[in-house]
Amino acid sequence: MEPVRSQRKLIVNDVVSTLPLYRSAPALEVRLEEFELFALDRLRVLKGISDALSRGRKPEEMEKLAIDLWKTNMRHPQASEVINKDKISHFVLRLVYCRTEDLRKWFLSMETALFRYRFKREKQEAQRALMAEFDLPYKAVSSPEFESVKEKLVLVSRSLGQSSPTADDIFFKVPFEEVPELVAGRRVFISKGHAYIAMSQVVSLVATQFRSHLSKALILTNRKWTTTIAEQEKDRLTPIVEALSSSYLGPDYSQPKEFAQISLKDIDDVAKSSFPLCMRHLFEKLREDHHLKHGGRMQLGLFLKGVGLKLDDALAFWKAEFSRKVGAERFDKEYSYGIRHNYGREGKRTDYTPYSCQKIISSTPGVGDHHGCPYRNFSEENLRAALNKMGVTGRAVGDVMDKVRNRHYQLACTLTFEAVHGSSCDAGINHPNQYFSDSQKIMQSKNQSAA
Amino acid sequence: MTGDEVSKGSDDMMIDEYEQKQGNVVPDGFNSHYLKVYYGKLFPYADIFKWMSYGNDGKHPVCDQSYFSRREFSFTLDNEVYLRFQSFNSMSELENSVKEKCPVKIDIGPVYSVDPSKRHAYAQSGDNVFTPVERELIFDIDMSDYDDVRYCCSGADVCLECWPLMTIAVKVIDTSLRDDFGFSHILWVYSGRRGVHCWVCDGKARRLTNEQRAAIADYFRVYKGNENSHKKVSFTGLALHPFLARSYTEVLMDFFERKLLLSQEIFSTEERYEKILDMIPDPDQSITSELRGKWQEKRRTANSKDDINVVRWEQLKNMLQSGKHKVQGLRRCVEEIVFSFTYPRLDMEVSKHMNHLLKAPFCVHPKTGRVCVPIDPNRCEEFDPTAVPTLSNLLEQLNIGGLRAEVDNEWDRTSLGKSIRFFRSSFLQPLLKSCKEEMESSYNAKLQQSKNSFSW
Repeated sequence: MEPVRSQRKLIVNDVVSTLPLYRSAPALEVRLEEFELFALDRLRVLKGISDALSRGRKPEEMEKLAIDLWKTNMRHPQASEVINKDKISHFVLRLVYCRTEDLRKWFLSMETALFRYRFKREKQEAQRALMAEFDLPYKAVSSPEFESVKEKLVLVSRSLGQSSPTADDIFFKVPFEEVPELVAGRRVFISKGHAYIAMSQVVSLVATQFRSHLSKALILTNRKWTTTIAEQEKDRLTPIVEALSSSYLGPDYSQPKEFAQISLKDIDDVAKSSFPLCMRHLFEKLREDHHLKHGGRMQLGLFLKGVGLKLDDALAFWKAEFSRKVGAERFDKEYSYGIRHNYGREGKRTDYTPYSCQKIISSTPGVGDHHGCPYRNFSEENLRAALNKMGVTGRAVGDVMDKVRNRHYQLACTLTFEAVHGSSCDAGINHPNQYFSDSQKIMQSKNQSAA
Repeated sequence: MTGDEVSKGSDDMMIDEYEQKQGNVVPDGFNSHYLKVYYGKLFPYADIFKWMSYGNDGKHPVCDQSYFSRREFSFTLDNEVYLRFQSFNSMSELENSVKEKCPVKIDIGPVYSVDPSKRHAYAQSGDNVFTPVERELIFDIDMSDYDDVRYCCSGADVCLECWPLMTIAVKVIDTSLRDDFGFSHILWVYSGRRGVHCWVCDGKARRLTNEQRAAIADYFRVYKGNENSHKKVSFTGLALHPFLARSYTEVLMDFFERKLLLSQEIFSTEERYEKILDMIPDPDQSITSELRGKWQEKRRTANSKDDINVVRWEQLKNMLQSGKHKVQGLRRCVEEIVFSFTYPRLDMEVSKHMNHLLKAPFCVHPKTGRVCVPIDPNRCEEFDPTAVPTLSNLLEQLNIGGLRAEVDNEWDRTSLGKSIRFFRSSFLQPLLKSCKEEMESSYNAKLQQSKNSFSW
């Protein structure tokens, strides 16, 4: 990749960035304690980022938070060792997180997020040096070409509420495939398959590269791990790696735990008392319309599975509603497959896990859909009405609305939980099934103390 | 179906044909006997095979002989049995299987890494050997997703009053796929009942990852409404993105003012105009109450010559654009209203994942009996869904010519002929030409590479 209209030359060799691309494992000797300690320090950073993201923090806040986490955890008494700690910890965690699809996915998105925040903090020269290291072969936008598309670039900036580009700003022309997130947000001008990206957007291009390299590397590492390393290292590294991987991923709620079951006759009461708004809304709509579209069936269906509704009961439950609208025969033909599928009895036979808040918040319900996060998708009016119906009134409603306006949807849900149950929820709500089980715990202790 | 046929006026055509074919009338409907004849005499197997082979059925050294056989087809049978992961080694295998099973619906899925009918054999080896590797970029637009902005019909019904919504979708998406994304091999197909399908077949499009597909679908996504919020379209910037600006000035505004405003009578009743007033962010209600006041009394005094919808729309525009009201968020409000009533609404999930199935062109819709014929995007305004050939039309036309000697292309003497000729000349031939060029250049690149390595 070359810069655009440049009287300025690309300075590659003079600038040293402290941000490694982790292309190959460092040839270093590592003490066993450091192997584990470095990895734990990095894990604290990644876990911190993961928590903040799931709480719906804004991008500006995220960057500062990530850099602070990095500075706190990734220090080393010897300045010269900082970069080695960075590399070693990364490669250790690769071993830890290469071993299942879910682990890989988590590690990949957290490492990419971290890379992104760190890249943005680099000086422009260092950023260009990193781009050169990625060996991106893209054409630059020449001065006449810039003039020919300037009007469009101005429109894009204005549509994003940013100041208009000038002749001094640098643009690169890259295939649109390389910058999916900029395309998705309509943050770039695209013409004939090429996206015109500004210098400040290069982070997106580089992060996409970083992600795809790491993704491939993780698969290779997994192969190596299963074929050789795990066996060779079974007395030394393997136990450490196994302990590390289990320490930091929250429960997935795929198997109902303490309150093993709910039965069909209780389901209406339980829905009233212990379902979070997103599920309560779906549940009520289903009772009202005797139908839910696909997104709603998935979100509610998997939640109910996590809550402990057995497959047979689930089939009976859905059938009772749907058959009133589409008839029992059509239900058996068209819908029962999906429910059995959720329980791992059809198709790939995967036992699907209930959706987390993060997944629900990021879903995009369309016409006729009722799934997604109500705090995000409801109009203010509708949300107020829904909260009142749950018994949330007065100041509590205003507090929830404040969180919603600042896009802290999970905090809004947490406040709702606290208002409904009259007790605090310090951990916050991260998962609808967690809302449910926390609620049930409170209900049970109330019942016991009443009895 | 191409435009000529429609422009003749479908009514006249029907009468002409009915006079000619006394005694050949085939009752409307859809049943397995009709379908057997259709699959036996009319379905264009060779064209579907040529298309799905993308040049790999030739003799060129870089041809991938397994390409077609790794494609998933899936059949829905009459008794609603659903056969997934069917695959075929040749055109005649496909043809024989379709004729034998007589599916009411044929779906086309992705090209997999291995033959999908043998996927279980690979399942043991772990490591996801069985995975989609190529798939056209597809779009599915359904009229039932527009129920909140059409008053003529709802659900699965369509008529000529609401069909312009589909015309808009074809125009907006087709232009962007070509001009913005640089694709050129694009097939639009009538879905047989209430919408349209789009197949983008460029090599580049077939190899997109799920993430890239989702990005394109999101680029097209403007409508963020769900059942629990009023405002479905919201623009907050100082300008519209160039793609939206172009769509607005070239297509949306024109269709809104020239067609939908009148045909859907968007401002005709209180209930309808209240819905639009709801979309105006107007904290002190000054604008909305002024408009409401005008509209409530104008009822009686309005000049009968001027259409009430046009009058009210002009009043609303003047009010919002006069500059008198400096309320935050009003700037884009006219655009927001037009987008809400016209902008295409895609079924996002269909486009986002490689392994989504889509009904094959030239299938017959079991509820309407209409054939899923291609639509010419350059003349999509002329397309008339109510004039698309039905199974019984086609059988009648076959009966008329029954005495003629058997010919290769029986479809040539039915009204399906135009559609198949259009499919070939406007889509298939250019596509195969560019597949061939792509193969040549990849072959040359390989040769060059090996030459370079010799020179070492």
